[in-house]
Amino acid sequence: MGSKMEPRLASGNQAVAWAARHLGVSLGTGYPGTPSTEILENFSLLGGRAQWSPNEKVALEVGIGVAYGGARALVTMKHVGVNVAADPLFTVAYTGVRGGLVLVSADDPGMGSSQNEQDNRRYAKAASVMMLEPADAQEAYDFLFDAFFLSETWNLPVMFRMTTRVCHSRGIVTPRNPSPASKTPHFVRDMPSYVMIPGYARPAHRRMREKMTKIAEWNEQSDLNTLYEGDRRLGIVTSGVAFLHAREAAPYARILKLGMTYPLPIHLIRRFAASVDRCLVIEENDPYLVESLRAEGVECEGKLEMYRFDELNVARVRRIIARDASPEPARPKGKPPQLCKGCPHRIAFGVMKKMDCIISGDIGCYTLSVLPPFETHDSCVCMGASVGVGLGLRHALPDDEARRVVSVIGDSTFMHSGLTGVVEMVYNPPKTGHVIVILDNGTTAMTGMQEHPGTGRTLDHAKTNQVPAEDVCRAIGVKNVHVLERAGAFEKALRDGLAKAEPTVIILRKLCSLAAPKLKKYQLATEEET
Amino acid sequence: MMDANKVTNVVIAGLGGQGVIRAANILAETAFKSGYDVKQGEIHGMSQRGGSVTSDVRFGKKVYSPMVPVGEADYVLVLEPSQEDNNRFYLADHGLLLSIGRFLNDAADVSALDHDDTPVTARNCNVALLGVLSGHLSFDDGQWEAAIRVNLPEKAHDENIRVFHYGKTLA
Ligand SMILES: Cc1ncc(C[n+]2csc(CCOP(=O)(O)OP(=O)(O)O)c2C)c(N)n1
Repeated sequence: MGSKMEPRLASGNQAVAWAARHLGVSLGTGYPGTPSTEILENFSLLGGRAQWSPNEKVALEVGIGVAYGGARALVTMKHVGVNVAADPLFTVAYTGVRGGLVLVSADDPGMGSSQNEQDNRRYAKAASVMMLEPADAQEAYDFLFDAFFLSETWNLPVMFRMTTRVCHSRGIVTPRNPSPASKTPHFVRDMPSYVMIPGYARPAHRRMREKMTKIAEWNEQSDLNTLYEGDRRLGIVTSGVAFLHAREAAPYARILKLGMTYPLPIHLIRRFAASVDRCLVIEENDPYLVESLRAEGVECEGKLEMYRFDELNVARVRRIIARDASPEPARPKGKPPQLCKGCPHRIAFGVMKKMDCIISGDIGCYTLSVLPPFETHDSCVCMGASVGVGLGLRHALPDDEARRVVSVIGDSTFMHSGLTGVVEMVYNPPKTGHVIVILDNGTTAMTGMQEHPGTGRTLDHAKTNQVPAEDVCRAIGVKNVHVLERAGAFEKALRDGLAKAEPTVIILRKLCSLAAPKLKKYQLATEEET
Repeated sequence: MMDANKVTNVVIAGLGGQGVIRAANILAETAFKSGYDVKQGEIHGMSQRGGSVTSDVRFGKKVYSPMVPVGEADYVLVLEPSQEDNNRFYLADHGLLLSIGRFLNDAADVSALDHDDTPVTARNCNVALLGVLSGHLSFDDGQWEAAIRVNLPEKAHDENIRVFHYGKTLA
């Protein structure tokens, strides 16, 4: 395979993992989520220390602890994961860090596999956290060096926004010399910086904003932003993968490509806008740049509202440049994904359909049951919502309908954010009772078979302490907890559960049919270890 | 084909589990090792659940976008007959659709490949189609073979190199 330091083809995710190794990142944490998942998997394969946390909030908190200790932490998640992690994010922006802390937010414009297409550049601005946006795999590699440099220079966290096309597209990556952290981790007591009581948080907020002003000044000169000379009749301000489409769609244009999109180098942008006849902003999803430029009095043109939806590509950028408002040609429909043949989820949905359950659903492979032939999912909002939403329905609906409500959740999703829902069910039980069905297929199937606390194996499939869902439910106070290993027993268990006016949890434990061969191998290997 | 400044656009299409991405990896690796800039885009996500999958491979002196623009594909490779029609829109006017259909005679299902007397099977048909494609491109066979070796497990090397050359004879 040649020398390790030779150029190679890599996806953006692999490039980030590679850079993280070369930067000596001490711990990578995260929760799986397309398109971010392969970062930590590759980091681990390259010999890095990586862990799946039960959810993104915990992953970020562990990363913050690593960085408070003076070591480098990389935290990865998909865009909606940042919603879960937003609480620590907004305040670590105040406390700052001692070691480098980089949070990868993998956004999914066009929703290749997500429930929304939120634009996390807004988080950088809302929380006052620096944001870098690489456009391709080489930049994903290079910018991670910049991200850790910035984080350690300013002692602040950095957000690293990738998008599906940056994460999953491959390109040629030329690596650099390794550049590990210079500090050795040790504890430094500094209460005014790290304990955010109001008396300490007030000055911390001011300190952080002062730094942001200086960082914005620094960004004016930074080589993270690149000017491409061209015809002054069309000037384009852009960032991330949108730059690649724009450069191809308008090779003649003058382009300002922004690598750091928070805080913005506003003087640089103002000069650029003044240097061209038409200053057009090309950005995916929200008009984040357009709004920011206009707020600063920079005259610019944004895309038509119709291009706010879905991801961009070369053809759409050509249309944006031409201000083409005609309807876009529809893409021929492909074959939609389905629950696999032999998938254990199929059995459960067959039964629930027959029993005409009202299904407060959740996110995972099982959400595919909303499509024919099952059409048995009545809601899906975010991970963990099945439990809370199901309880709300039980409280609001007339009794005869309330008794048909079932919350359906996967095993990984249960560990992620189902636990607090169970606490709610025990604490505020609906008068008709409630039934939670945990579809335990022994893996996080949707995102490509990752481990989670319930499997008893770590990210690299080694043995660790197991957190069994049934033990947790019983400990929380659910009296009726049934673990079924035979699908045939499901119908009766469900009927009994629905007939009771008490909180019930039914765990259907059957391995994912796609993952089963691998899972059995891991199981055997961990049994041999002990 | 390979005009020095022109980007060559290839789309590989099929269903989840058919080896679309692997075929794209082999093509991208071959182009990379032959000295071209390469970008490869793909739709992951739900591919394992049997849905439509496509992967775009673009190579040339300098490639920007990782996605083949609609109507600009020089070649569309289709691994599953049912996926021909919904991927035709990628083709440029001069573009070629190379479909697995050519190996299938009149059979409708790719699994029929396992029962005929050619070396093409449902498993290796992705590489057989790359063989067909190779007849239209000017990469060295050595680079193709090296890329097949890098992207497939050792026990599959001989079979896939054989089926690659079989495909090439049909180009
Ligand atoms: C906050 C958040 N993080 C991550 C994801 C991505 N994601 C969707 S479902 C899922 C887990 C699915 O696992 P499980 O609940 O075990 O169901 P399965 O797919 O195995 O049926 C993940 C990680 C998400 N949608 N939201």
